[in-house]
Amino acid sequence: MNTLRSLRRNFDHGVHPAHHKKQTEDLAIQRVPFVSDYVMPLGQHIGVPSQPVVEVGERVNRGQLIAKPGGFVSTALHSPVTGTISEIGDVRGADGVFAPAIQIAADPYATQQLESSAGVDWRSLSLEEFIDAVQMAGIVGMGGAAFPSHVKFSVPDGVQIRHLLINGSECEPYLTNDHRLMVERPEDLLLGAEIVRQTLGAEETVIGVEMNKPDAIEILRRHIQPDQPVRIVPLKVKYPQGAEKMIIKTIFDMEVPAGQLPRDVEVNVNNVGTIVAIADYFLRGLPSIERIVTVSGPGASYPANLIVPLGTPVREVLRFCGGLKDETREVILGGPMMGRPTASLDVPVLKGTSGILAFTEAETARPKEYPCIRCARCLEACPYFLNPSRFARLSRARMYDEMEQYSVMDCVECGCCTFACPSNIPIVQLIRTGKDALRASKENPE
Amino acid sequence: MKQKDPDLLLLHAPLLRQGMTTPSAMRDVLYALLPVTAAALWFFGLGALLVLGASIAGAVLTEWLFSVSEKRGESLLDASAILTGLLLGLTLPPGLPMWMAFLGGVVAISLGKVIWGGLGHNLFNPALLGRAFLLATFPIPMTTWTPLRGSESFFHVNASNLALPFMQTQVDVVSSASPLGLMKFEQEVTSLTNLMFGNTLGSLGETSGVLLILGGIYLWIRRDLDWRIPVSIMLTVVVFSGCLTLFDAVRFPSPLFSIFSGGLLLGAIYMATDPVTSPLTPRGTWIFGIGVGVLVVLIRVFGGLPEGVMYAILLMNAATPLIDRYTQPRIFGR
Ligand code: SF4
Ligand code: SF4
Repeated sequence: MNTLRSLRRNFDHGVHPAHHKKQTEDLAIQRVPFVSDYVMPLGQHIGVPSQPVVEVGERVNRGQLIAKPGGFVSTALHSPVTGTISEIGDVRGADGVFAPAIQIAADPYATQQLESSAGVDWRSLSLEEFIDAVQMAGIVGMGGAAFPSHVKFSVPDGVQIRHLLINGSECEPYLTNDHRLMVERPEDLLLGAEIVRQTLGAEETVIGVEMNKPDAIEILRRHIQPDQPVRIVPLKVKYPQGAEKMIIKTIFDMEVPAGQLPRDVEVNVNNVGTIVAIADYFLRGLPSIERIVTVSGPGASYPANLIVPLGTPVREVLRFCGGLKDETREVILGGPMMGRPTASLDVPVLKGTSGILAFTEAETARPKEYPCIRCARCLEACPYFLNPSRFARLSRARMYDEMEQYSVMDCVECGCCTFACPSNIPIVQLIRTGKDALRASKENPE
Repeated sequence: MKQKDPDLLLLHAPLLRQGMTTPSAMRDVLYALLPVTAAALWFFGLGALLVLGASIAGAVLTEWLFSVSEKRGESLLDASAILTGLLLGLTLPPGLPMWMAFLGGVVAISLGKVIWGGLGHNLFNPALLGRAFLLATFPIPMTTWTPLRGSESFFHVNASNLALPFMQTQVDVVSSASPLGLMKFEQEVTSLTNLMFGNTLGSLGETSGVLLILGGIYLWIRRDLDWRIPVSIMLTVVVFSGCLTLFDAVRFPSPLFSIFSGGLLLGAIYMATDPVTSPLTPRGTWIFGIGVGVLVVLIRVFGGLPEGVMYAILLMNAATPLIDRYTQPRIFGR
């Protein structure tokens, strides 16, 4: 009966890229050594950039606050190392744009002890105090979006979260950082889940894990305490299973209405890495100063799962993994479906950097683009039931207002349509062009 | 440790691709049609090859001449011109003069595709447009059905195949009527086994229902074909003509006969499913298929022609933009 139900569990459409997880799924997480220089961009989360609270030349300890939240949808930053603030100014990011950042020169002789290793007694905190604590710990969604977590926990009056959903689907190919966390730190994950569940007053915790991680499912099941209302739900392997609205559809068979949030259906969704970060902070006082990064892809010499202090340049992380192969043509930060390419290896690892993937000629060779043959493969791929083919056509014709009428703003840029298109049309890019134009015209209407 | 960085590209995500490309989808259809083509050769001999070759040559040459892409001939690589030529050829009668088949191929590509802006922009199925042109211009040769070669040698070629352009527009072979013609004008029913396995008169590709269906199944497995279209066409024809049979079994053919006769299978599986000229949306494809089915039966029963598949599909092609507009899928969460 249960298996029957789990077979039926699904969201519609989506695609099935090859997993490419074998290279790294059994590699234990290793710690990357400290390097000499760190860059902490002030806007590495979604929302308002943080505001520096340190000055150039000031000495900081590892884990010390260096920037405070710049508003409600913003979060704190902490120093990833003990050292000296060397500069506060603009630094070029992965997208090529200059943005303010705090640079820290590590002290090579420091012990790199945490500023404070005392946990927080979370049981005594009210929901408001908990939300403040999460914000001051700098915790954001670790799945890649880097949306400040405390914002998700703040529900408006009258809304009661009933289900805490922990997203362990990790549907992006190549990435195995969440997988390793579930396998190596199941106690912390379950403790973190209890902290969040009890504080939010939710009835149960559900952990959704794609079935290509049977060891994670097994280990988590073994670690559930009898008094914890936790369910581990194996999910079909399908992209984008990890998209919030898709995993809610799969597990609870509910559609979050367009323009609304999971909390509107009484669910709170968090990534595995986020929950472990919460456990790290409340149990041992470790704010968000490091994250797990998967280094993989055909261009990576020695693929690995790593604990990387935030702000470490990508080049140093790759150096630790034996560098890039000569055939490398592109480096993607994040997953291959939704990640962003980087032009330079000097950009730092950020809170949202789940992977550093190196790709070669085979993945980057783009065959000729053909006209749209209206084959409907993109429609069958789009998990939001949009009409990507029409978006591509309208965007080329610069008919952005028409795109809006066809709900282009509901597109989450998951990439399924481009993945499926036989004519190799850059649909997602065309959609982004349209969305950018629409946003620009909203900001300065003429 | 390497110091020099590789030259990094900045291609946008998603970096991965499914692997299916437009030319390979076109080639799949060609493969699916191979058995049908072989059967046509077997039943009609070398003459069939001449007709098919001529229509493919007409299509390919026109594509090459009027190529819309920058490099002449480049657009041939997507195999769509060959496919159009082959599909057209399969709808032609085996005794058709080669020059007519060639002309059909020329018209199919030029008026059916190039003037619309090339692949992906045409409103009508090019192969059917070519056939419509031939039927309007040469009505008699287009409806003269040469007998199967029977015991004749494979290398037997109908004299009419070799007719010189514009010299002779009549096909003077001993001709007989196709099963649909027999049904319509003489109320004579052809046996179902013959219809299914290819022992009947008709155009080159419509003789063997079983092979046509097998090819369709191959395309469905390869996900090159929207199953909703053939299924909805067939169901509509069965239900609609079934009702008519109940009403008068002598005047109206039985549903199974309707399905296996004439170009219905060829049209429903290979022509109506042409992605370019059929609707994009799932609901749209149902409407499209039902529309084709209804029109087929209406034209066959009430029209002056024994065969209505071509006009039915062309008419629904014309309705496709409208269908698409009004059948946008429901968006997630709305
Ligand atoms: S990128 Fe947008 S349009 Fe394309 S499949 Fe994803 S949600 Fe649909
Ligand atoms: S998948 Fe590509 S070719 Fe097919 S309908 Fe969509 S945009 Fe057109």
